[in-house]
This record gives sequence, C-alpha cells and structure tokens, in this order.
Amino acid sequence: MEYAKWIREGKLPVSSDWNKDLGIKFTLQDPCQLVRKTYGDKAGEDMRYVLKKLVGEENFIDMSPNLSNNYCCGGGGGFLQSGRKEERRTYGKIKFDQVMATGADYVITPCHNCHSQIHDLQEHYGGNYHCIHFWTLICLSMGILGENERGHLGPDLEDFGLD
Amino acid sequence: MTEEAIKISGKRTSRFLDKVKKILPEEGNLDACLTCGACASGCPATGIDGLDPRKVLRMAVLGMDEELTTTPWAWACTMCTRCMYVCPMNINIPQLVFNMRAAWPRDERPKGIRASCDKANSVDSRSAMGLTGEMFSETVEELLEEVREEQEGFENLQAPMNKKGAYYFVNQNSREPQMEEDEMVPLWKILHTVGADWTYSDKGWAAENYCLFLADNEAWEENIRIKAQAVEELGCKVWLNTE
Repeated sequence: MEYAKWIREGKLPVSSDWNKDLGIKFTLQDPCQLVRKTYGDKAGEDMRYVLKKLVGEENFIDMSPNLSNNYCCGGGGGFLQSGRKEERRTYGKIKFDQVMATGADYVITPCHNCHSQIHDLQEHYGGNYHCIHFWTLICLSMGILGENERGHLGPDLEDFGLD
Repeated sequence: MTEEAIKISGKRTSRFLDKVKKILPEEGNLDACLTCGACASGCPATGIDGLDPRKVLRMAVLGMDEELTTTPWAWACTMCTRCMYVCPMNINIPQLVFNMRAAWPRDERPKGIRASCDKANSVDSRSAMGLTGEMFSETVEELLEEVREEQEGFENLQAPMNKKGAYYFVNQNSREPQMEEDEMVPLWKILHTVGADWTYSDKGWAAENYCLFLADNEAWEENIRIKAQAVEELGCKVWLNTE
C-alpha cells in the first residue's frame, strides 16, 4: 500500500481533524485479491493505518471477521458479469449484514468489484451506507477534493469543505 | 436368494479430480479432505445451487464428473480462497473450481464474462469495455486541462502518458475513463502531492482481466503478457494497480 508508505514518510499530509466534531463512522472491506490472495494481513493492517489517519481512530469500526478471514463480497471472480444477479445477491447477503452490524456510514472499498457489489447490496437490501475509494477520502481530508469528484459521497459530505 | 455381489472390475477410469491433481502443485492436496466442513461453514456460496465447497470436493473424490463439470455453482464460487485459508489440510478447492469452469465449452460459459474477455483482447489497451488507448489519452488530456483551468493550486497537475523511465506504471479500471472520469482526479492529486514519478500508457493500461475469470488460460496469459510488455517498454520499475 503506497498510501501508507507516503503517510509514514510525511509526503501525504492527511489529517482526521475534519471529522472530530462530525464523528462520521467508517468501516473497511478487505479485498480478497489484495489481502488474503496476495499480500496477506500486512496489506489489511496498512489500510487500517491509513483509514485511522483519515477519519480518527474512534471513528473506524472494523468488520467481523476481518483481514484474511473476511468474507468475499461476491463481486469478484466475474460474478458481476456472469448474469446470475439473484445468486450474486444471495451470496452478498453475508457481506451486507456484516457492514450493517458495524453501523458505519461509509464503507471504504479499495477494489472496483467490491465497490460495485457492496453498493449494489446497499441498494438492493436497503442499507444506509455509502461506498467510496480511499482516494476520495484522502483528498477530502487534505481539503483538495473538487466539486465534481464527489459522486459517491453521501449528502453529509457532498459539499464539505467547498467554498 | 441373495442379490448378486457387486464386482469391482479392472482399473478405475480416470476421474476429473485426477486430471486436476496433475496440474496443481502438491496435487492441490485434493485427496487430503477430513470432511470437517470448515470450508462450507464460512463460504458465502454455501447453499447456492444446493452446493458448497465440501460437497463439491466430495463429488470430485467420488468421480461424479458429469455433475461436477456442468454445475453452475462453478460460476457462483468467486474463487476467493477463504475455504483454502481456513482448511486444516490446505486443500486447493479454488483451483478445482477454476478447472471446473475450464471444463465448460467456451461458448457455454457466461456470456458477460466471455464478452468482456473477448473485447479486451481485441484492443491494445486490453480494456474490457473496448476503450482504446487513443480514447483513454483524449479523456485524460481533456479532463486534465479542465482541472488545471478550474481548480486553484492544480495549475501544474500532471497525468503523463507514455513517459519512459517513470518509476510507477499506473493502470486504471476501464470504468473510470468510460463512466466516471472525475474519479481519476483525486488519484492524480495524490500522486502530485507526494511528487511521484509516474505514467499512464496508451497500451495495456486497463486493470481488469476477465479472461482469468472465464478460465481461458491462453486468453488470460495473452492479456497479462501484453500488459507486462507495456510496462517493460516504458522501463517502469513498479506496476501500480489502482484501487
């Protein structure tokens, strides 16, 4: 995870001050390909380090189970393109319940398939969370997120920090 | 009168399982199952099509080849490898599933996955949406111009294309340039802030590889080789797969 490296090196001046009073809660999806299948728990720990820096330790709520034990969301392996929508949503119910149990307002989905699937699960099962990438939150925390770059943010943050 | 005894005749014919064992390291430990069920109990695909990872492995062991190589469950399992991670015997069920997929005639595999694979391998960019390098370059260029003009502090924002010797070769999922191009800008800003030496390429820039999910060995190898070649041609040190 380059983001973690850049924050540790002091090159990426992120901060969680913006969320001190807001107290918006965040959770994190561990993409199978990134964590269990490639780099192991180390990648998951790096992402948690980054997220805590971005939103404040007290505003990060982890999923259970997590890291390499986390469940696949059901977006991978071509499931999103396989034409088996009903089965894909049945598969994803476990992920939806996991996210809902955290009570988080946002899920960081650092993988395209996870992003599409967890967003679809939210719409299908009627969840109240939003799915965003790290890059959105990093720029938001540094006050450099442009007006057009907020497509996945909820109403609570879509104007945040704009003049 | 008792029924006639069942006689086991000659050598057992080769099972699908034996073929898969031959191509996996350590034979995938496919004969080592203790039937504990740790795989099935933690698999989100358990129950779909009446199957689960343990049942699938039992089917393979029992030589139920016809059922095994035709069940649509092969396309409900995402090969996420959680079953293997929790398995006390480290059994490679995901690779068994990959080969179950590969046993399907190509034109009977899910149309969506097949079309994405074929589309990607018809363009140099390897974009599953068929977005060419030229289209990608234009999108990036126009968007960059817009941000430079409109956003204070980013008058010098860069999104280099085909920059030889750059440290990072950054790829991009086709969905961004195709459907939500503004999502690329925060990444450019981050790279700009840290002073990263990076580049896009008009060749092999697309991150996705549906040929792998299609279980088409030749096609996914071709897909990934073209991309690796693009990285090597620019002499980049790190191939950075974006979120």
